[in-house]
Amino acid sequence: MLQFSGWQIRAPSNLTRFVLLALLAVGLMLLDARGHHLQKIRAGLTVLFVPIQILAAIPVRVGGTIFDFVHGDESLRAETERLRSEQPILLARLQRYEALEAENAHLRQLLGTSALVADRAVVAELLEVASEPFRRTVVIAKGEKDGLYLGQPVIDAYGIRGQVSEVGVLQSTAILITDPGHALPVQVNRNGLRAIAFGIGAPDKVSIRYLTASSDIKPGDLLVSSGIGGSFPFGYPVAKVNKIVNDPNESFLDITATPVAQLSHNREVLLIWPTKSMLPAEVKKPAEVKKPVQPKKIVETKKQVEVRQPAEVPQPTAVEPARPAEGTTP
Amino acid sequence: MNLSHNARRRLIIAASFLVALVLSILPWPVWTEQFRPDWVALVLIYWCMALPTRVGVGTGWSVGLMLDVLYGSMLGENALAKSLIAFLAVRFHLQLRMFPRWQQAVVVLLLVITNNLLVLWIKNLAGQAPSTWGYLTPGIVSMLLWPWLFVILRDIRRHGNVS
Repeated sequence: MLQFSGWQIRAPSNLTRFVLLALLAVGLMLLDARGHHLQKIRAGLTVLFVPIQILAAIPVRVGGTIFDFVHGDESLRAETERLRSEQPILLARLQRYEALEAENAHLRQLLGTSALVADRAVVAELLEVASEPFRRTVVIAKGEKDGLYLGQPVIDAYGIRGQVSEVGVLQSTAILITDPGHALPVQVNRNGLRAIAFGIGAPDKVSIRYLTASSDIKPGDLLVSSGIGGSFPFGYPVAKVNKIVNDPNESFLDITATPVAQLSHNREVLLIWPTKSMLPAEVKKPAEVKKPVQPKKIVETKKQVEVRQPAEVPQPTAVEPARPAEGTTP
Repeated sequence: MNLSHNARRRLIIAASFLVALVLSILPWPVWTEQFRPDWVALVLIYWCMALPTRVGVGTGWSVGLMLDVLYGSMLGENALAKSLIAFLAVRFHLQLRMFPRWQQAVVVLLLVITNNLLVLWIKNLAGQAPSTWGYLTPGIVSMLLWPWLFVILRDIRRHGNVS
């Protein structure tokens, strides 16, 4: 009990305290969920709690080090062997990919459309901390200073993992595509059928909703990002259709798919910065960039002189006509 | 140690909550995730029961907020849930102290399920509800852990002369 200029102030009862704090909590939640007003406060608080996260990550780190120490040489040698045999295959695939990308860009330019292209990628390490019950999140050991932004795609070697949901000063949080709060526009790779992949909180499942029984989708179909939402570039693998249940009582098919990214294994992820462009350099400032780009083009087309004779002819002209066409359409 | 009685008490309680927080974000294989006990709730219930005048709704609220920050969930979500179970534990601390150990464990189960249902309900309002029964299992695991945790924390309390 306090004495305050003649008044007696009682310490608030337990119930009063609870009601007040509950109201405060509800207020915080509303501010956080509706307006994202607490972004700054949260970023600050997160920095304070970094030591706890590092503390929690220690056991796995130590375990990994011990494992490496025990299995040291042999596993390393095996891995080098595997990587060495994989590399030529990947390089061969990449050759074809570059040609395809160039061709794709030209075709898009002829159509006058643009698509998101990932032109920068950075490898980021994950901090080994568990996510909240019912949720699928990971903590990335990179933050604001590395240029991360909200909604940035997070991928790995196999497909899309998720997107950045919170950017801190030193580290950020990403929600995985299996998080119940995540939805991702996809399309069936085989026929371009569009759908949305919802996370449901299970570690290795996403749900494809709102497809009717007449949709052309089969188990085993690969789903790739459709790029419609505007934050993910087109064409990255997302999931493989696993099971399709057609219940006549329901209006839509019940489809589950398995994500192709290794959501719970790898310690590293790739962060990509997609840019909206047809030909990465030319769209922005044609006058400036033309000169450095031109020699590159020649090198690129030289390789494909025989194959792409018809495609090469409109290339120099296609750049000029595309410009007035863009200007006149609106 | 020549710390004052008050400072030592604060230190021990804070350290126990810190350990609980670290345990709740300690990584385990994914399939064990739904069996992860609610460490923070367990420690909170113990202190509310043992020292209801020292640890209560306010402590629960702050620890819950820390959990929110660590988990990256909506700020206030766990704060609300944890302050609710702290309130209930303080309200019924006399009965809880009288209960045999297994009966306490059942109350712990109910409190943790209350906590999880509240969190789930809030998530549902925010449109992020998972379609699983996962909110039941942490309660059951917490219930099974309670007798051991109770003994450990009681020994720490007696050894550290916390009151």
